[in-house]
Amino acid sequence: MKNKTLFDKVWDNHVVTHVPNGPEVLYIDSHLIHEVTSPQAFAELEQRNIPVFRPNQIVATADHNVATIDQHLPIKDELARNQIEQLTINCIKNNITLYGLGHHYQGIVHVIAPELGITQPGMTIVCGDSHTSTHGAFGSIAFGIGTSQVAQVFASQCLLLNKPKSLRVNVNGKLAKNVSPKDIILYIISKIGTNSGTGYFCEYAGNIFREMSMEGRMTVCNMSIEMGARGGMIAPDEVTFKYIKDKEFAPKGEELEEKIKFWKTLPTDEGAVFDQEYSFNAADIAPMITYGTNPGMGIKITENIPTTNDASFEKALEYMGFNKGESLINKPINYVFIGSCTNSRIEDFRTVAKYINGKQKADNIHALIVPGSQQVAKQIQEEGLNKIFEAAGFQIRQPGCSACLAMNDDKVPAGEYCVSTSNRNFEGRQGQGSRTILASPLVAAATAIAGKIIDISQN
Amino acid sequence: MEKFTKLTSTAVLLPIENIDTDQIIPARFLKVTDKIGFGNHLFKDWRFDENNEPIASFALNNKIFSGSILVAGDNFGCGSSREHAAWALTDYGFKVIVSSYFADIFKGNALNNGLLPIVVSADFLQKIFSAINENPIIKLVVNLESQTISLENTKEQASFEIDAYKKICMINGFDDIDFLISQKTEIEKFETTNKLVLK
Repeated sequence: MKNKTLFDKVWDNHVVTHVPNGPEVLYIDSHLIHEVTSPQAFAELEQRNIPVFRPNQIVATADHNVATIDQHLPIKDELARNQIEQLTINCIKNNITLYGLGHHYQGIVHVIAPELGITQPGMTIVCGDSHTSTHGAFGSIAFGIGTSQVAQVFASQCLLLNKPKSLRVNVNGKLAKNVSPKDIILYIISKIGTNSGTGYFCEYAGNIFREMSMEGRMTVCNMSIEMGARGGMIAPDEVTFKYIKDKEFAPKGEELEEKIKFWKTLPTDEGAVFDQEYSFNAADIAPMITYGTNPGMGIKITENIPTTNDASFEKALEYMGFNKGESLINKPINYVFIGSCTNSRIEDFRTVAKYINGKQKADNIHALIVPGSQQVAKQIQEEGLNKIFEAAGFQIRQPGCSACLAMNDDKVPAGEYCVSTSNRNFEGRQGQGSRTILASPLVAAATAIAGKIIDISQN
Repeated sequence: MEKFTKLTSTAVLLPIENIDTDQIIPARFLKVTDKIGFGNHLFKDWRFDENNEPIASFALNNKIFSGSILVAGDNFGCGSSREHAAWALTDYGFKVIVSSYFADIFKGNALNNGLLPIVVSADFLQKIFSAINENPIIKLVVNLESQTISLENTKEQASFEIDAYKKICMINGFDDIDFLISQKTEIEKFETTNKLVLK
């Protein structure tokens, strides 16, 4: 039998049937929805009088446009309030579980599904959000879909898809001090570019990912879409099984044992061939930052901005107010955002707390801490991290997508720089005219204390 | 979904690479529950200044360009999965987008809305940019049945790829929901025989 990749195994397990000379019908185990990309899909079904086929395989939450202050009060923004009310109505009408505002499981969709044990190895998971790739950290096929596809999954629990090509990114060796999972993925994207993953599903392999926590693996897989790959995966192992055990909706007892036996068969077979492969030496990776307007425009924090002659490159630098060949060290920064589906899990906040413990944020800095979920927020309290953040002058907010995409009031003003642990530095992403510099939670914490970008690879 | 077979039109040029869906439709316009009126906000922050006045230099405000074909730089539609980007482009009046590369999710969203994404070589893309820059009244001829795109004046032509199934959908105005519902028996059978794999 042909040696198969992790991706092949999970994909092949879910093919219901083939369209002659066309795509395959892929079964979807779990469908996550939120307020922004689902209303038009519900409307489409209602209009055509089609029922939701498998409501118990759908979980909903409110995250994209929720306020992060006073969540117990009605949302002031009428449009956002209406959209969230519509989600509630749609979920009630169709018997869909909703962890809405006020629920102790509410949070960013890609934070709550893993922490509730909804995300499991070998599954197919979709959501109308490109960062659904996050769930691949468990060895599942997880990817973002458009609203038409949300409607298709509502109607049939399936999607029509052509099987993507396979890509493997290997990182082996020993990491330098202060290099985090965020730096690793920013490094990979800076090397291979924002579209080299297009048409591929990526597997991350090597000792670096095997030795990484589930939180770290989620950060890496989360940004797979930023190199164009529909999704990223990491082989499930003991770290994965340990994380899943005892989670609310995870299998228990004998059922779990049986599942683990099955999950252990999923990793890529020795000798399986990928359509494309890249390998990096872990020792070459350093703390990273971005200087441009796509996530591929990243450099080591100690490097200078490249001196490329290209119109799109120059347009990006002009927007950011940076010059070719310039270093970003000592660049004054006024805004720091620590949150988003990339870096808002407990481990991220522990890293930040450890660095800022006993220190004060710089006077010029507005520093926002936005936990990924109610459960993370609770854990921050239980571990006493909130006291460290408050003493340092950071604002702690309530869970949501927040300043990652600025659909709510958490915006960075025009012209201002924000060192952000989120995933996209597109023009205006954090508010009209805002300038985003992507970085790890540690770099963001150091920036908040210094009031400027500093070289944390040395301390 | 609207049917698509042939189109002859002038084109709007946007020779910028990596145009992401946040530029096509900024997130602050996604707070609605219908698909109406997104065209007004298409490329909002490139098209209008802070006082909501049109920025004259931007392609969509440049009166020399017209038509229902948008020709854009490499890696068009990267970033967010928001289908609102496809809705904004179709609502504005575009029926075809030409680039040397499209991001996966955007490409799927476009096809699901009767908006045809055409991938051409970097060379042919440059040819279109130069020809139309020189003379913006030159038309492009798109033929989905023969899978070709050409410059009307010089007849220079390129062929493009499209999934055979999606081509049938575009030509007939079908969407995937009807097809998937027709597979219900198969899907239910699959559910009962794949217990270990499924949740």
